[in-house]
Amino acid sequence: MTKPTAQSLTKPKGELLTVSNLATYIQGDGETVKAIDDISFSINAGETVALVGESGSGKSMTSLSIMRLLPSAAKIQQGEINYKCKNLLHLTEAEMRDIRGTGIGMIFQEPMTSLNPVMSIGDQIGEAVQNAKPHLSKAAIKDEVLELLKLVGIRNYQQRVNEYPHQFSGGMRQRVMIAIALAGEPELLIADEPTTALDVTIQAQVLTLIKEIQQKRKMALLLITHDLGVVHDIADHVAVMRYGKIVEQADSKSFFANPQHEYSQQLFNSVPSLAKRGQRLSVVDEAHSSTNQQTSLDQQAAKKEIFRTKSPEKNDDTILSILELKTFFPIKKGLFRRTVGYVEAVNDVSLSLKKGKTLALVGESGSGKTTLAKTVLNLIKPLSGRVVFSGQNLTNIPTRELKNIRQHLQIVFQDPYSSMNPRMLIKDILAEGMKALKTYRTEAERMERMTELLELVGLDKQSLYRYPHQFSGGQRQRISIARALAVNPQVIICDEPTSALDVSVQAQILNLLKDLQERLGLSYLFITHNMSVVSYIADEVAVMYQGKIVEQGNTENIITQPQHEYTKTLMSAVPTLYKTVENELQA
Amino acid sequence: MEIFSVKLTLLYTDILLFLLLGIGIAYLSHARQHEHLIAPWRYLAKSKIAMGSAAILVSYLAFAVVDSIHFQLPEERQTNSQEANQQLRYQSETVSLLDIWLQPLRENTEKSYSAPFATHLFTKENIEQPDGSSLRDYPPLQFGGAHLTERDSKAADIFLKSLKGTIYGILTGGILLLLIGLRIHKKYQLSFANSLCAILFNTTQSQWRTFLWVFTIIFIVIGTTTTLSGGYHVLGTDKIGDSVLYQSIKSIRTGILIGTLTTLVMLPFAILLGIAAGYFRGWVDDLIQYIYTTLNSIPGVLLIASSILMLQVHLDNNADHYTSLLERADLRLLFLCMILGVTSWTGLCRYLRAESLKLREMDYIAAARTMGVGHGTILTRHILPNVMHIVLITVVLDFSGLVLAEAVLAYVQIGVDPTTESWGNMINSARLEMARDPVVWWSLAAAFFFMLVLVLAANLFSDAVRDALDPRGHHHD
Repeated sequence: MTKPTAQSLTKPKGELLTVSNLATYIQGDGETVKAIDDISFSINAGETVALVGESGSGKSMTSLSIMRLLPSAAKIQQGEINYKCKNLLHLTEAEMRDIRGTGIGMIFQEPMTSLNPVMSIGDQIGEAVQNAKPHLSKAAIKDEVLELLKLVGIRNYQQRVNEYPHQFSGGMRQRVMIAIALAGEPELLIADEPTTALDVTIQAQVLTLIKEIQQKRKMALLLITHDLGVVHDIADHVAVMRYGKIVEQADSKSFFANPQHEYSQQLFNSVPSLAKRGQRLSVVDEAHSSTNQQTSLDQQAAKKEIFRTKSPEKNDDTILSILELKTFFPIKKGLFRRTVGYVEAVNDVSLSLKKGKTLALVGESGSGKTTLAKTVLNLIKPLSGRVVFSGQNLTNIPTRELKNIRQHLQIVFQDPYSSMNPRMLIKDILAEGMKALKTYRTEAERMERMTELLELVGLDKQSLYRYPHQFSGGQRQRISIARALAVNPQVIICDEPTSALDVSVQAQILNLLKDLQERLGLSYLFITHNMSVVSYIADEVAVMYQGKIVEQGNTENIITQPQHEYTKTLMSAVPTLYKTVENELQA
Repeated sequence: MEIFSVKLTLLYTDILLFLLLGIGIAYLSHARQHEHLIAPWRYLAKSKIAMGSAAILVSYLAFAVVDSIHFQLPEERQTNSQEANQQLRYQSETVSLLDIWLQPLRENTEKSYSAPFATHLFTKENIEQPDGSSLRDYPPLQFGGAHLTERDSKAADIFLKSLKGTIYGILTGGILLLLIGLRIHKKYQLSFANSLCAILFNTTQSQWRTFLWVFTIIFIVIGTTTTLSGGYHVLGTDKIGDSVLYQSIKSIRTGILIGTLTTLVMLPFAILLGIAAGYFRGWVDDLIQYIYTTLNSIPGVLLIASSILMLQVHLDNNADHYTSLLERADLRLLFLCMILGVTSWTGLCRYLRAESLKLREMDYIAAARTMGVGHGTILTRHILPNVMHIVLITVVLDFSGLVLAEAVLAYVQIGVDPTTESWGNMINSARLEMARDPVVWWSLAAAFFFMLVLVLAANLFSDAVRDALDPRGHHHD
């Protein structure tokens, strides 16, 4: 393993990859989309360049163009991609395969689907090794595989080499993916959102690993991400992309100290943090809907009384309390489905949500947050414990009474794509709850209410006669919020409402949620894994770990002085960019 | 019912076929008002293959529909012997509208086998000469080629007749062009001439030109067959001298009915049980799974055979209830559709269960439940519309399979009634014909050809339907 290191050390420090005037267009039905519109940048050997942008900005298209792995509808229109003085666009497919195996490695976003489920980890890495070094003997390949597994930090790698992907967690699979990418000892590694699908604690580990390996091997890294925090932690150079163009290129230090382009500044400003509490997040002026929203909310302020406003007096009444709640899923086996054990999804959780306040529930995936939310909403029956809403225990009341209470408890989901029936008009989606709960009985009343709701969430009236797929992610999330509001709830459970959205859209939704809270006196149970969102929006925080609440209290206290071991790990894993902001506050 | 001095007879299968047509038309007009429902069909209309095979399917369906209007004709009055005020009397035989049109084919029968376009019988017979001696030779046909004189050339006659038929076909195609042009003219506010150009130069959104071409070819085939049938047996005659062409055309209705009515029987089972099992899980799921696993383990042919035999016994025991032969044959056809439906719903049921299992975990179902929406409403408003594409795809895919299944069942003699014209029965009787030397090939070939065109069109169409309705398709974005 020392040989390649020595080799790459002797290489002259120069431009490893230059992309000049690249343009890639996607041919759609009758229209051409300029996915990449004339971009130029370069990567020096051993350097980390981050390509930052929101979804649809063309950053993934850039990486696929470099690898020449574009989908068939996309065509490179112009430009050059020079890798070590060879124009990649002029190579034959066979030569390109060589480059992919040994020159440029790539890691994808989704570790769950990037591995073949019926091949063992060792075989999959071995395959990559053999492609890169066909002359190696079987034994040598096996050694190489073990070496790689050791490099990416998999414990007990001698045993685990024969295991299959399903036996690995998400973070571990991403490590395996990295091992495969490293098999050809590439000089350039392209990482396309390598940590987006991972929990924040795992993200920190994987980033550290990539950084270490990069230094060890003197490898260049092209990091593609939407997360400024990740960029801040590892990039030397930053390029900000928007609408297929690079709007700003700078080295990392000066970029974070003093972003030049207006769009970069807006990106910074839309990152939520403790410091920005109580202020509106600035939103990127791209979507006109955001301005609409502002004006419509101002108009609404005038005729506030038409909403059944609970006067937003901030008293300390508890509106929803969860007492010793346990939700276990039975594990059934055998012919007669005997219960042989339980998955303890929610184990002895007690929480209380105060009227007009926001309680954030923080934890990594699989910690039982969503199960807790569904139990509170009575979608899943708990094993024991109580959920008390305005003096009534929801876990054992008759169905008819439950129906009356449902009106007050609503939910907004994470995925704006699966939360609405694709075959229903927005009008029918919004009316559904009102009809079922009989809150607005006549069609005219419902229409009036729906118009109000759309204004409230900043969408225009025409939206009623469209289908969900005609809206963007952020707009859909607004509709989901409108649907929840339709029946005048007092508590809204927000299950990661912004984690599928870009940071600028996230800012819009967070602003909207805050406005609505002030206006309507709503209480939120806000489920998230994003600490910066928590610090911006939450009044109180409960940290959930393996089905249990390990720590809860005031937001500032938890963020600045975490007590429990897990909370400490969680806080230390938050990218330093977000923490510097917190530190400024403390200072 | 008595309309135009004929007595309409409604067979069970007629009623169901019209019901099915009604459902289809109702669905399309419902879909026209809902963008998400009509979008896949618009996409379908952009595919050449889909439009071409749709043209073939439509023409087959047209034959089946025309063949499903049954009535009894009034008895022919004997001149002046009966008074006008006497009650009309009807012939005992029930015929369909198609039979009236195919009257010449039905009536011009021969003695036995004759090859397509033949002028003489297929087998030698003793012919009595005018002088009393007998000669063993191929006797001339009573109808086929009987209009030819010694000097006429058969080939020239056939050519002239086909030319005439082709011209008729092209003219009918022209009328269709005008009709489609008129529709485009109305819909897109184009001038009439422009809309005709748009069709011919293929600049319309839907592939009307392909549709038109295929239809024109069909018209030409029908036109030439009609003119040629004026003098020949185009597809020959069978053992008892009946026209094979007539049998093949009459079989269209049987094929279409088996393909569609079976689905009608199958759908309620599959949809109801499938989405109930997937949505409710628990014991409902267990029960439904046990039912279809059990049903699946019984060999289908065995079940069909026993049911058909039971029905036959029932019909024989109650012969006085079912007076006409046609009624009995119709009942057997219906019963066959039903039993095929009962044995074939499990596949679709399984798909729907799997899809509903996935759908029930969707956030919008959870949202509906937090809104207090009842199970029934969730099933009909959220689950059903989201599995309808699977139902449609399966129905179209199953169609060709069922048409073929009919042929197989007839071959083992548990298919439709032997008196019902069907491709299966034709193939079944061709067993012996194929053993003859020289071989009698036309009966089998005709059934094969008619079935092939239908099944091929149905398969091509179902491929296109699957592409159009696939939720992963790009046009859904």
